[in-house]
Amino acid sequence: MIAFLRNTWRGLTSMRTALTLLFLLALAAMPGALLPQLSLNRAKVDEYVAEKGWWGELLLKLGFFEVYATPWFAAIYLLLFTSLVGCLLPRTWEYFKQMRAKPVLTPRNLSRMPHHAQAELDVTPDEALGKAKKVLRGWRMDSGEGTVSAERGFLRETGNLVFHFALLGLLVSFALGKMFNYEGQIIVQANGGQFCNGGIFNYDQFRPGLQVDGTDLTPFCVEIGKFSAEYLENGQPVGFQADIRYQSGGDLASNTWKPYTLQVNHPLRTEGDRVYLLGHGYTPTFTVTFPNGEKRTQGIQWLPADQLTLASEGATKFDPPGITDSETRRKNQIAVTGLLAPTPLLHGGILNSKFPALDNPMVAVDVYRGDLGVDDGRGQSIFSIDQKMVEQGRLAKVARKNLALGEEIALDDGTKVRFDSVNDWVSLQVSHDPTQIYVLAFAILIILGLGVSLTVKRRRVWVRATRLEDGRTLVEVGGLARTDQAGYGEEFTRLARAVLNEEKS
Amino acid sequence: MPVDETLATYSDWLYRSALGVYLFAILLYAVEQAFARAPRKELVGAGGPDVLTDEPKAELSRAERIGRMGAAMTVLGAVLHLGSLVMRGLSAGRAPWGNMYEYMSLLCLAAVVTWIVLMVKFPIRRLGAFVLPPILILLFLGGTVLYAESAPVQPALRSYWLVIHVSVISISSGVLLIPGVTSILYLLKDSKPDRFPKLPSADVLDRMSYRTTVLAFPLFTAGIICGAIWAEAAWGRFWGWDPKETVAFVSWVVYAAYLHARATAGWRGRGAAWINIAGFALNVFNLFFINLVTTGLHSYAGL
Repeated sequence: MIAFLRNTWRGLTSMRTALTLLFLLALAAMPGALLPQLSLNRAKVDEYVAEKGWWGELLLKLGFFEVYATPWFAAIYLLLFTSLVGCLLPRTWEYFKQMRAKPVLTPRNLSRMPHHAQAELDVTPDEALGKAKKVLRGWRMDSGEGTVSAERGFLRETGNLVFHFALLGLLVSFALGKMFNYEGQIIVQANGGQFCNGGIFNYDQFRPGLQVDGTDLTPFCVEIGKFSAEYLENGQPVGFQADIRYQSGGDLASNTWKPYTLQVNHPLRTEGDRVYLLGHGYTPTFTVTFPNGEKRTQGIQWLPADQLTLASEGATKFDPPGITDSETRRKNQIAVTGLLAPTPLLHGGILNSKFPALDNPMVAVDVYRGDLGVDDGRGQSIFSIDQKMVEQGRLAKVARKNLALGEEIALDDGTKVRFDSVNDWVSLQVSHDPTQIYVLAFAILIILGLGVSLTVKRRRVWVRATRLEDGRTLVEVGGLARTDQAGYGEEFTRLARAVLNEEKS
Repeated sequence: MPVDETLATYSDWLYRSALGVYLFAILLYAVEQAFARAPRKELVGAGGPDVLTDEPKAELSRAERIGRMGAAMTVLGAVLHLGSLVMRGLSAGRAPWGNMYEYMSLLCLAAVVTWIVLMVKFPIRRLGAFVLPPILILLFLGGTVLYAESAPVQPALRSYWLVIHVSVISISSGVLLIPGVTSILYLLKDSKPDRFPKLPSADVLDRMSYRTTVLAFPLFTAGIICGAIWAEAAWGRFWGWDPKETVAFVSWVVYAAYLHARATAGWRGRGAAWINIAGFALNVFNLFFINLVTTGLHSYAGL
């Protein structure tokens, strides 16, 4: 039994197994790049599965659309992890033992070493060895009977161990991060819109870590002021920025706001949370004047349908006011849908956008009246109307027109819809990851360890001085690089030349 | 920020000249490879000196003179190539690696410079006939299919991390191209030494591959880490399994496997060479497939 365990452990920690596991890891990670992933784009996964039929279903069941969360991926990296630990522990032990060890004794036959040089010099053996010691200053040295043995490059193993331990540290920090992080997205209106990190329901989308239940989010608030964008003539964006105010920590109690300019690549960092400017779009505002004279004004974000021209689509939904009977009210709801063109381009009455910035914007609206289906308890998109209600005839298109700012459209029952203005909205992301700073620290150690272990060479030099019968001294130098011979030749030649030099140093 | 059209045009001219000069260099190398004698003796064994002395100090043969011209042409091409990149950067007023064309140009320059350094260190000059063609193909594809006008980059790329992350990744990928090619040559030489008498010994090829990989691997690692730092500032997380990140991770693992394989009995030599080639193939895959076919956050490479 013990033998079995020992053999399993040895097998698991052997280099061969580690290599196999590395290959498996590489192989297992690949589907994540080739197949759509749930964590990145859920809609694309659904589309892919529907397209491929049973094959897609099978891939879905086996977790190929969430590779990095599957048991088989976890199995591979946990085995690799174990193998790494099993490899590192004995090496660390060995490392500390060797730190105190003396350089190995000079071998009897130095001419058998991969690097070798010798010369007969007119000095005494002691002088020759004294000189060798001077040349080898900085090396770890030990003197024997008529010989000097020296060793250098211990840092290689240090760097190697630092690299591997840092790798372990990075993986552990990464895993801990997945426990305690959260990430959420929200759309906020510019010129006064606010967001407070008070709970999950303030978010449009929220992805918590495994140990996050949303009750303990970092408290802070942001208020979006002016949003500005700059574009090239061809519509390519040059820069986005949002002037914001925020309060966090003690500022919440005292209600003081601090200003910040939010830009792409320049998130707001406060109290361990980060706020990013992800994107922006437009919010058209419409005023509906109902037949009874009452007015309702509403502005809700529309979604950019074309990223280059920011032609946007959406649905602004209204409830008729002053009607107490819920049935009648429900049948007279109004939705203004269509296309918003920030810089309009009219072509035969068809509206499109030719530039992403606002320049006398226009909308092409389809006005629907009837039951929007928002009261039946099912969620529906804020960007569109429920097509089922249209198909069932419960919601009908009653008017269609292109509107410039201030223009209005009249419906058959006397209702008027006016296009008032356009405002900017920004989409923000809030991220929280308490361990990423540790990941960074380990990443830096990884580079340092790697750099040291791949540049430093562990190498040895031995010098032996023997008195010859004619009174001269035979000085032999031998060298061996322990890890990789490549590149040691030059250094050895230089050392040997210095040691075998007849000049008094 | 307006684009300086004149400089952009000069940059394009230099690019084309560099391509022409590289092509000429390949022809010269090929002539040397075809007509030179096979090296008689090779003093390189395990732990032998790095300098190989296969030619006695007699006067140079005609083939060797032509090979030397090839090397000189390579250096000239690299100078023109560098000039093209510098002009590109000046014309657009930013680091000249903001789209795929520029990225590949820098990658190839790194590969050519690595090759020049190797030519100085190892007696392998005429292998240029094998090493330069893949570089030339990449440059040709970059200059035609993937060509992009000199222009400013989008907001997400406006960061000093563009300068650091993209250049480090591009240069390390360029350096890694060389061991990819020499590993293929290694496999050829190792399997049929007699059929390829003019290739250097398998040992030299293996050591060239190893030393270049060892140089590029920490650089590649640093490039990925810089990318993670930038991703944290730009996208809200330092690692998100974006397709490009994933393939970079996979090729990192493969190169790590290469380094381990070289220290594992039974994997040294041919096994390691295959792994190195796999790493190179993954880099090419990451460059073309991931940029052109899949959509991910790295997709703005500019096409």
